[in-house]
Amino acid sequence: MVTEIARTENGYQAAFRAVRESSPTVPWLELVRGSAMERFEQLGFPAVHNEEWKYTNLASLAKQEFVPATRPAGVVIDAERFVFPETATAHLVVVNGFFSEELSVTTGLENVVAIDLLSAVADARYNKVARSYLARNAGYHNNGLAALNTAFLQSGLFLWIPRNVKVETPIQVTFLTDAGRSDSAAFPRLLVVAEENSSATLIENYVSTHDWQYFTNAVTEIVIKDGARLEHYRLQRESSKAFHTSITSAELGRNGSYDTTSINVGGRLSRHDIAVVLDHEGAECWVDGLYLAGSDQHTDTHSVIDHQQPHCNSHQLYKGILDGNARAVFNGKIFVREGAQKTDAMQTNKNLLLSPQARVDTKPQLEIYADDVKCAHGAAVGQIDQEELFYLQARGINPELGRSLLTYGFAEEVIEKIKIDSIRAQLDEVVLRQLNTQLE
Amino acid sequence: MLEIRNLHAAIGGNEILKGINLTVRKGEIHAIMGPNGSGKSTLAKVLAGHPQYEVTAGEVIYEGKNLLELSPDERAREGVFMAFQYPIEVPGVSNAQFLRLAYNEKRKHLGEEELDPLEFKDLLKERAKVVDMDASFMTRSVNEGFSGGEKKRNEILQMAVLEPKLAVLDETDSGLDIDALRVVAGGVNQLLTPDNAIIVVTHYQRLLNYIVPDYVHVLAGGRIAREGGKELALELESKGYDWITNPNVAGSANLNAAS
Repeated sequence: MVTEIARTENGYQAAFRAVRESSPTVPWLELVRGSAMERFEQLGFPAVHNEEWKYTNLASLAKQEFVPATRPAGVVIDAERFVFPETATAHLVVVNGFFSEELSVTTGLENVVAIDLLSAVADARYNKVARSYLARNAGYHNNGLAALNTAFLQSGLFLWIPRNVKVETPIQVTFLTDAGRSDSAAFPRLLVVAEENSSATLIENYVSTHDWQYFTNAVTEIVIKDGARLEHYRLQRESSKAFHTSITSAELGRNGSYDTTSINVGGRLSRHDIAVVLDHEGAECWVDGLYLAGSDQHTDTHSVIDHQQPHCNSHQLYKGILDGNARAVFNGKIFVREGAQKTDAMQTNKNLLLSPQARVDTKPQLEIYADDVKCAHGAAVGQIDQEELFYLQARGINPELGRSLLTYGFAEEVIEKIKIDSIRAQLDEVVLRQLNTQLE
Repeated sequence: MLEIRNLHAAIGGNEILKGINLTVRKGEIHAIMGPNGSGKSTLAKVLAGHPQYEVTAGEVIYEGKNLLELSPDERAREGVFMAFQYPIEVPGVSNAQFLRLAYNEKRKHLGEEELDPLEFKDLLKERAKVVDMDASFMTRSVNEGFSGGEKKRNEILQMAVLEPKLAVLDETDSGLDIDALRVVAGGVNQLLTPDNAIIVVTHYQRLLNYIVPDYVHVLAGGRIAREGGKELALELESKGYDWITNPNVAGSANLNAAS
């Protein structure tokens, strides 16, 4: 086991040397990448003896030799089919971790900077902002996955919304895997900086062109400055054979607002770490999500909401629907730090098990070090309610359809908050299709 | 239409119904009355096929079929409808969606063509008049956030859409104020035809001022203790159930076939 992991790390190490040669960058980033690689060598992939990884075993990922993807050249990809109509003029495409200008449409983004992250770090106009926030919230010193992503930072996307700019068109970033082989690894990276009093809607869409095995290890860092607002949808619809690990880190300025909804549907094994730091007064966040897993899928969400300053509100609703042999993990921590008075924090995790083999480990946690706060949390794991099912049957609806309908209704509580019609409609379809395939 | 013979039913090993006999013909309204715990709601649930109740003896023949062999949804598609005492909330599913689904399941069963959302919308608009329901209720989730009265109205709306042959109203009057009671009862009356029948399960006589029964059956201890016409309900109202259930009072308990 130990030797297997060591061998894999050597594989990444060799690939890392190749990246240094093929993708040189400014000295600052060379340093960051180098030290991230060093950290990864020390940390390796997280293992189950780490409390945060108790229920998610990455051994099968760690022992396979994944090969970091290189910049795709001359490949014709139909990215159009992943575009939601509402974002037709603001669609950014990242293929195997590499930003593709050719596949992107930016006509609706006149006042926004949307460029390759590697260029931003080197560009005198943006490097100050980019360097201030890159690898700041998603630090790689204690996190092997963040370290690995940072070591392979060769492209990615920099999204900068200047002060007072209200972006009307929702911005879609499609992270597309077009591997063509079953041992490809991609390290998508996104840095979003929303300056003072700006507002925007961001959609992150993780998809693939084929139903292959591959490994996506993504990091998204979000900075929301004073008075800025970001509405964020994160759709994880990777191939059913994929490994997907990802980190979302957000920090909020004074009176900043962050409303995020994560939908996790794809992947054989997926893990999402989302962390929101409320370190200025008056900030507010909604950190919601839905995970849907069937057959042998494993899906894990770890969330941290950190109230560091007074007068901040956080709201969290995560729901899970599990069928077949699926396994889910929800771990939600809320910290209320000393002095963070008048905090209002609310957390709920509800799970619906559709099969006797499905299983969920849920652990909502509150750690409060202030005395004038309003906090509540709860978790529930249940099955289809027999009284509800009988009600539907008493109206002539057969039990299979009744179960689907109740399950769909369960998911709707999260889906209906999505303000983009075509996403909502597509998710409704995804839920119903998933149910149909499993009910047949 | 419906013939119940010596029906015994239990829940969790506890026998609640201890030999019910009842015949319902087309065009008739029957009231089932009785004190709390007499088994009247159990009878309604057994007819609808609630899975928690176990029929231990007897039979129920509905339209020539053995009703007890049919699943709850089959019964519904065959035209049996129960208005729930406590209608269930179904979050995330709109009333219109739900009603169309239920309506089309029945159409499919009868070999008729299903209605598309637009066609169904017209039908729904028409039927909603029966219980004077606002269009805004159609886009809301089934019963979610509805008041007690709105939930009961919604039950009757479902009845109006599904047009059952046999409707069983389980304590539809409970929790209704007098205005809501009038609307609900008025709706039921509009739906009555010479070809269907209604069983009204109720604790109180007041609903029967609006839905006037042809027959009144009084349950006590899981058996029909007394039967009569609509005047029996009035008598109960003035004398109370003790009159029937208390064995010390003359002319009670064992008078099984009064009418």
